[in-house]
Amino acid sequence: MNKRHGKLLYSGSQWDFRLLHRVYDAVEEIALGELGLDVYRNQIEVITSEQMLDAYAAIGMPLLYRHWSFGKRFAREELLYRKGAQSLAYELVINSQPCVSYVMEENTMTMQTLVIAHAAFGHNHFFKNNHLFRQWTRADRVLDELAYAKSYIADCEQRYGFAEVESLLDSAHALMSHGVNRYATRRRSPREQQARSEARRQHLESTYNDLWRTVPTESSDANEVRSIEQDENDIEAAALELPEENLLTFLANHAPKLKDWQREVLRIVRTLAQYFYPQRQTKMMNEGCATFVHYEIMNRLNHRGQIDEGSMLEFLHMHSAVVAQPNFDSRGFGGINPYALGYAMVRDIARICDDPDDEDRQWFPEIAGKGRSLETIRDAWEHYRDESFILQYLSPRLIREMRLFKVSDDADDEHMTVTAIHDESGYREVRRQLAAQYDISKQEPDIQISDANLKGNRRLVLTHRVRDGKLLEKSEANRILRHLAKLWGYRVRMVEVDAETKRPLSEYDAVSMP
Amino acid sequence: MHVVDRRQNPKAKSLGNRQRFLRRVKSHMRKAFAESIRQRKIADLEGGQEVSISSKDLHEPTFHHDPKVGHRDYVLPGNHDYRPGDEIEKPSGGSGSGSGGSADGDGEDSFVFALTREEFLDLFFEDLELPNLAKRKLKSMASPSWVRAGYSTDGSPQRLNKRETMRRSLARRIALGRPKLAEVEALQAELQQAETAGDADEIARLRKLIDAQQTRMRAVPYLETVDLRYSRIQRVPKPTTQAVMFCLMDTSASMTEQLKDMAKRFYMLLHLFLKRHYKAVELVFIRHTYTAQEVDEQTFFHGRETGGTVVSSALEEMLKIVKQRYPVEDWNIYAAQASDGHNFDHDMPQTLRLLEQEILPICQYYAYIEVNDDQWPGDSVLWHGYFPLVDRHDNFAQAEVATASEIFPVFRDLFDSRQRSGSSTKPRVDR
Repeated sequence: MNKRHGKLLYSGSQWDFRLLHRVYDAVEEIALGELGLDVYRNQIEVITSEQMLDAYAAIGMPLLYRHWSFGKRFAREELLYRKGAQSLAYELVINSQPCVSYVMEENTMTMQTLVIAHAAFGHNHFFKNNHLFRQWTRADRVLDELAYAKSYIADCEQRYGFAEVESLLDSAHALMSHGVNRYATRRRSPREQQARSEARRQHLESTYNDLWRTVPTESSDANEVRSIEQDENDIEAAALELPEENLLTFLANHAPKLKDWQREVLRIVRTLAQYFYPQRQTKMMNEGCATFVHYEIMNRLNHRGQIDEGSMLEFLHMHSAVVAQPNFDSRGFGGINPYALGYAMVRDIARICDDPDDEDRQWFPEIAGKGRSLETIRDAWEHYRDESFILQYLSPRLIREMRLFKVSDDADDEHMTVTAIHDESGYREVRRQLAAQYDISKQEPDIQISDANLKGNRRLVLTHRVRDGKLLEKSEANRILRHLAKLWGYRVRMVEVDAETKRPLSEYDAVSMP
Repeated sequence: MHVVDRRQNPKAKSLGNRQRFLRRVKSHMRKAFAESIRQRKIADLEGGQEVSISSKDLHEPTFHHDPKVGHRDYVLPGNHDYRPGDEIEKPSGGSGSGSGGSADGDGEDSFVFALTREEFLDLFFEDLELPNLAKRKLKSMASPSWVRAGYSTDGSPQRLNKRETMRRSLARRIALGRPKLAEVEALQAELQQAETAGDADEIARLRKLIDAQQTRMRAVPYLETVDLRYSRIQRVPKPTTQAVMFCLMDTSASMTEQLKDMAKRFYMLLHLFLKRHYKAVELVFIRHTYTAQEVDEQTFFHGRETGGTVVSSALEEMLKIVKQRYPVEDWNIYAAQASDGHNFDHDMPQTLRLLEQEILPICQYYAYIEVNDDQWPGDSVLWHGYFPLVDRHDNFAQAEVATASEIFPVFRDLFDSRQRSGSSTKPRVDR
């Protein structure tokens, strides 16, 4: 690349608003013009480190209802920050339209440039294009919804008292990770729903004949009556559309004792949970995307002579800290670093497209050597989530480079056993396992509401389908079930059943406290 | 794109969350407070407090797998030279379990929460307030002082500011072209010369000139009333933001370490409390047996003497120190007397006289706490002697403390404005 622009955008570390604009324009030119990114309108907001802590504590949301747990988060973050145990993120970005990126006033100009490239273009592109975000979040509504949630809950606090709202939110938060729809259901309009229930009622009426009840059969009358009751219950369960995995939705719609405002609060929490669901499924790709974008842009700026060597060194220092992957047995190990893996995979795809070897040609015949690397990468960002992305694109070479290996760990054994490593026979197994690790539906307990009695004892029954003998942590489960019972208003039972053998393994029971 | 500067936005967005959090952990805070006063010096409750909160009450549960059961496979980075089938030591920390999936959800044992000083104190002084503080604040928390406040055009002669007056006079004289005296004298000298020389024309010219000059000098006086400037001095109230706290204690042998410890806690609370109202709070420790003396904190709490008890000696010592070092118009004076209630009978009249006629009039507040492990508290010489004062003086209160756990409630009783504004009856009075 020639140094056609050749004029430094800035020098030194001081930033000001004029420089921010100038840098933004230069970054935008590369991001849209050269990398072909497609982004929401950007809004950059300058904040202080204290405000950054605030934003952290509010799980990254610019406005959120009040709850003590966010205060707790703040306290913890602040303490870690003050003690130097943890530095603040340089940036925070919100999936909204316009896309809001926070930059801190303490940052140097190089960091601001990095943040603009990383957040305002990298994350922004991902938010706008990835299919999960397109399907599950409405960027143009996020801020409105949050503002509504905040004022609604504040209003409830005024009306029903802090304690009441707080304990409701406590319960709702406990169920938050089970407040998402994992699979898109067809969204029915209220009219359609009404039509369905009407059809169901008519069907029941037309097939109901009271005479059947009087017909003597071989079995005793009592049995007969019960079986009719049983039938009714089945019909009822069908009406409730059980089984249901979204506990919050179910409670908001069917819990017998909740008041309307309480149902609305549950829906608010559920909306929040759903909002984060795509983020949880694409964390690695999303960070990989942003990291790749900032790396490309910074390098291109340097090639054009728009940022100097000093800034470049500062940038590389930060970049390499971000993408470092400690070994499993080193002190700093905390799982696989999503930045490291995400970034390495994107780079690897580019390499496969532009400069493949025989192995790549064999593994990735569709893309190897075809060039058009940026197009391929953008396509991957759009159509995959972490799990499927790994399954599709993790190459043997990267497995070797990261020296990935699979271990098998039985809780009863004293040792873990290595079951596959980075060799010919292990690539597929390692890749399959790593992908599974990113599949939230496999990592989180599979819990569903399997039965609900709305007329008799009103008991709610949940089923945990246990895989690989992974039972729930007991005390935690008991606590959550108490929350659940409180919301439901009646007794709640949960059975843990082996997913394959259907053998019951354990059982919980919780009653609603008055 | 646009850039928005949010730095000026109201800070502490999470304040509401923080308050809710504090409300939630109040019981922990109370415990931490009790702990901290046990270990500290009286004046040593500065700054925020770090409170360790067990996560049990704060833990937010989630459904998650029990790491101690079941089978797991996972991928790790950084293989050295393991082959399939090799066995690896399990990591001792929890990091081995579920390295990919649930990042959150694993609980922390406890965490330390840093309270700001304000929050810390707020927690404990929620509805405490110095009795009659507002009223007395007007009277004695501010003493007036005189400060220069520019110049005025009138005033008393002794305030005349000569420098400023002359500046104005000079400016006026230059502006209006008043001839200088030297010039006129020079002309007169010339006239004299001309008169001796007998130069008639010159004499006439000079006479005319001098005449004109003198007329002008009369028209433009050297000093006019408009020139006068007086120094203006203004009376401004000077807030006294300092307080002195007298700790009086009988340190004769009957005061055991345990009783002193209770007294100490009371003094600590009082000191903390005063720190909220005043920039500077000084401490004076006076111990007494049959004589009184001012001592340092160490001696105060840990020295032990024998001898009879003469309370009035401590009061006299206090008055002496007030006269020497703490002029009443500059200092807010508080005193807390801790005692097991003994005093020689013959000293009581003198004690009461000093207290009622000399000390109470200059004190913002005087609290008597009887520390006592007797079964019949409130049955002492001092208690009975002091009792009538409670009704007669708003700024006097007495209470008894039998165990350490009572200190805070008693302190609250003594300083709770609402309680005192009603009748000032004290509980548990022996009749």
